[in-house]
Amino acid sequence: MLRPILQRLGSAAVTLFLGSALLFLVLEVLPGDPAAVMLGLEARPDTLAAVRAELGLDQPALLRYLAWVGGMIQGDFGLSYTYRVPVADLIAERLSLTVPLALLAILISTALALPLGTLAAAKHGKAADAGVMLFAQLGVAVPNFWIGLLLILLFSLTWPLFPVGSFPGWGDGLLPGLRALFLPAVALALPQAAILARVTRAAVLEVMGEDYIRTARAKGLSNRRILIRHALRAALLPVITILGLQFSFLVAGAILVENIFALPGLGRLLYQAMNQRDVIVVKDVAMLLAAFVILVNLLVDLAYLWLDPRLRRGA
Amino acid sequence: MRRHLSLWIGLALAGSTMLLALLSRLWLPADPLRMRIPQRLQPPFGSAGSLGTDAMGRDLAAQLMVGAWNSLSVALAAVAVGLTLGVALGLLAALKRGWVEALVLRLSDLLFAFPAILSAIVLAALIGGGAGTAVLAIGLFNVPVFARVTRAASLAVLTQDYIRAARLSGKGRFRLAWDHVLPMIAGGLIVQATIQLALAILTEAGLSFLGVGIAPPNPSWGRMLADAQTYLTRAPYLAVLPGTAIALSVLGFNLLGDGLRDWLDPKAGPR
Repeated sequence: MLRPILQRLGSAAVTLFLGSALLFLVLEVLPGDPAAVMLGLEARPDTLAAVRAELGLDQPALLRYLAWVGGMIQGDFGLSYTYRVPVADLIAERLSLTVPLALLAILISTALALPLGTLAAAKHGKAADAGVMLFAQLGVAVPNFWIGLLLILLFSLTWPLFPVGSFPGWGDGLLPGLRALFLPAVALALPQAAILARVTRAAVLEVMGEDYIRTARAKGLSNRRILIRHALRAALLPVITILGLQFSFLVAGAILVENIFALPGLGRLLYQAMNQRDVIVVKDVAMLLAAFVILVNLLVDLAYLWLDPRLRRGA
Repeated sequence: MRRHLSLWIGLALAGSTMLLALLSRLWLPADPLRMRIPQRLQPPFGSAGSLGTDAMGRDLAAQLMVGAWNSLSVALAAVAVGLTLGVALGLLAALKRGWVEALVLRLSDLLFAFPAILSAIVLAALIGGGAGTAVLAIGLFNVPVFARVTRAASLAVLTQDYIRAARLSGKGRFRLAWDHVLPMIAGGLIVQATIQLALAILTEAGLSFLGVGIAPPNPSWGRMLADAQTYLTRAPYLAVLPGTAIALSVLGFNLLGDGLRDWLDPKAGPR
């Protein structure tokens, strides 16, 4: 049991290391002079020199890389050049929006997909099945930022049910914050729900052919009980896998959706930092988002080991 | 006909997107870049004719057609990059095994951790946005997809008896891959490429929406949507038209991919 776990932890660590090296290489070594990138072509030589000194760019690249990684491990992400505050503070503030947004989107998508997928499998070949499959096809085809625009048009401008362009924070209790995050979470969740509904349907259909389902039926269990107790439980493993695999799309979606709804989250921070050419913030936030994706995939791998004993013998 | 419903619908939708894109090179209903301020914000099928005009009075039908060409070119180029590099890496991993395979797998994990939008933003902070940035970012994200599919499919092919026979007859590794492995896995790769094309169109629209994709004033579906934000209540059709174009073409390529898979492998059944 220990060997496969260590193996997966090891590969995740290697991937994290390669990711940080790649980002550092692309953002700080390839351009030659990051200070010139940040200040633009019209920068005066003395300002350039001052920024270089401030950022420690006169140090060799390897030392700078080690200092960057070492700092990040200790929670020190450096100083933002445009905001003049520690990047760690910026990130912590933005995380309090992006993490709840992602969790709410995952919650909405599973709450939609599990019943829809099970329904489609139970009514295999009937109209309800066709309807769910149509939803699944349309859901993956429609861009989430377009859904976001249409939701704003319908539920913020035409019928002002939800606010747009303002996030009250979590100071006045949960409700105002959740209300501001609801529409963006729906926009993020719909494409995800479409994929998950399809996966749930396929998994439930597969289980329904198994012998133990026939046994349960022979015992006199109702169809509903069989679906919920046996079939849906078996569908959880593929659903968790796909949720993990789709996590990078959730990260990408959050960058877009936060920008449409003008939500001050990590995605918007990254976008603004890009426009201001704040290489330090871009590097830190991109590393953090990539690390999220790597860690979520590691968790899925470990969950798999736990749920499926056959994999424990090691690859 | 009914058996291959998704193939036919997919073919119709993806085909019309490609036809409109090609047509835009030969004929356009109007100059997509010509601004006519007096005729701005005309709704579709109104007095201005055709599909109406945007906030600058530019013809929407012409912009949508050129947008189709731009969107498809970026998506095709990006999938071509991903396919070439991914198939090469996947084959290498399957043939060499050992540390080469481990390296390819780690590289796949690494590229997979950077969604196209993330790497496009990182690249844009350095070299600015544009079609090249979009192709590079989407292409890089496609590499691990094709590398994994190729590796898994090739490993399955390499266990067959005729491969052993070919090996015994003295064929080298690369001859073997070219003569026996690639033709066997080509069908699966075509299906995957079609589906990745759909995803690439979607991602390109997202990049152009953020302003790191196709550079203005060259029309793109994503930026048409971004421009529509300002006039959401006054001219909702500005958001509806490009959004529908994106959704229909993505739907088309997805259905085409599904349909091709069922057609090539009828036993697998619809998933």
